[in-house]
Amino acid sequence: MTEDDVVARLESGMTIGIGGWGSRRKPMSLVRAIVRSDLADLTIVSYGGPDIGLLCATGKARKVVYGFVSLDSIPLEPHFRIARQTGAVDFMELDEGAFYLGLLAAAHRVPFYPTRAGMGSDMMAMNPELRTVTSPYDDAEEFVAIPAFRIDVSLIHMNRADAAGNGQFLGPDLYFDDLFAKAADATFMSCERVVPTENLLDEGTFHTLKIPRLFVDGVVEAPRGAHFTECPPDYGRDEAFQREYAATARDAEAWDAFRARYLEAPDHEAYLAAVDGRGGAGTPS
Amino acid sequence: MTGPATIDEICVVAVAEAFRGDGEILCNPIGTVPIIGGRLARATFEPDMAMTDAVSVLAANILPVGDPDAPRVVEAWMPYRDMFDIVWSGRRHVVMGASQIDATGNQNLAAIGGWRMPKAQLLGLRGAPGNLVNHVTTYWVPNHSTRSFVPRVDVVSGPGYERVADLSEAVRNNHEIRRVVSNLGVFDFSNAERRMQVRSTHPGVTIGQVVEATGFELVVPDDVPESRLPTDEELHLIREVIDPTGLRRAEFPS
Repeated sequence: MTEDDVVARLESGMTIGIGGWGSRRKPMSLVRAIVRSDLADLTIVSYGGPDIGLLCATGKARKVVYGFVSLDSIPLEPHFRIARQTGAVDFMELDEGAFYLGLLAAAHRVPFYPTRAGMGSDMMAMNPELRTVTSPYDDAEEFVAIPAFRIDVSLIHMNRADAAGNGQFLGPDLYFDDLFAKAADATFMSCERVVPTENLLDEGTFHTLKIPRLFVDGVVEAPRGAHFTECPPDYGRDEAFQREYAATARDAEAWDAFRARYLEAPDHEAYLAAVDGRGGAGTPS
Repeated sequence: MTGPATIDEICVVAVAEAFRGDGEILCNPIGTVPIIGGRLARATFEPDMAMTDAVSVLAANILPVGDPDAPRVVEAWMPYRDMFDIVWSGRRHVVMGASQIDATGNQNLAAIGGWRMPKAQLLGLRGAPGNLVNHVTTYWVPNHSTRSFVPRVDVVSGPGYERVADLSEAVRNNHEIRRVVSNLGVFDFSNAERRMQVRSTHPGVTIGQVVEATGFELVVPDDVPESRLPTDEELHLIREVIDPTGLRRAEFPS
């Protein structure tokens, strides 16, 4: 599949789960394909990074559901900051661990998981839809019932995959990509390189094969598809590019130029050519 | 090693002291001064504590801050998801920042001016709601002023003592705000009312200065000691081993 083939399977108003974490291994070529599309009114569920920032700044997101939205080396995503301060998007902000339970409940097809996270904090007031549940056992303790996320489509990016949809992470952390795949009605996976199934163990042990094809509906080969976020061991974060992106939040002219140059590139290849052609700042190693 | 201890080093030791007695738990300080403090405590009086490399493993050796290439002795893989197993097990002591903190220990990391349409969006709730009701927490506030020590926080990320008083016994038993360390002094909640109390003031800081920089009424005991100075061994570890490039000084208002 191509990025645009994936976007053709999405509809306005859908809830889209996005894997990765902060500015790490985000399916950015798929995110940019959404930006180029006519899709609107999306709800985005993510341990957020530039995916949420871009979809807020381009008006694609109507609501964002997150445990945080960060660029790592820049602690708060600057476009998300503006969206929140201008009230441009609805939001559901959860404790980082509570967010995990929303994914887990969806993956397990149960309506909620109980947790103490949120008891006593303003997480409950910020999200009036949250309810509590009392333990049916002798302790009768009251817990927050984190509702299962309802995700139409998840998008994840892996280091390697086979054509059947088995995905492989080769970096230090899978994050929650397996749960995003399991929690959604459909999942599309981009990857750095598609390899024959019999070669999946060439670069990592079977412990790295955490995305079985049972939960994947389509594969997109997108070398440097996570740029400018990191995708180790294939490449690190393009910090210079990330700084350039972050600076556009304070400067309308810079944002227009960024948008024209990078977001309106017709496909991933054209985007990479624009990135490599910008001069000075390094390409990923 | 030259010169007497400076304020950043006194704060590092004050953070380290918060971990005294913790034993075999995950010492999980966030921020440069807290990380140096945690690593110092483990290098000296709390050797059984486990610590991350700030990425995805537990490292058994004492790492210098700000050096991603420093060799590490890996003792466990600790991907982000597994952190919640540790949080919810209670075997963790976190040090977080606080953009605002109040007399009962409510912490705000989330937003200034309310959460609906904040005047300033901050980091968010992050893990604070879960941390506070599961394990020990210490706060590090490098800019002690009436803007950070406030009568009422705008958003409660981490609940203080008043907020958990009516919650379950399990929550109350798990909840402990061990210390608040600022650039002026060290504070705790060791009175019956569980209101913030001065534990020590840093050398050269008067109680009057602390009271003036605090936007609520602090509990001030009759005798407030000075925060202790680093030992020669601690100064050596801070200056030569854990923070040889002086990153600790960047967190202080100039």
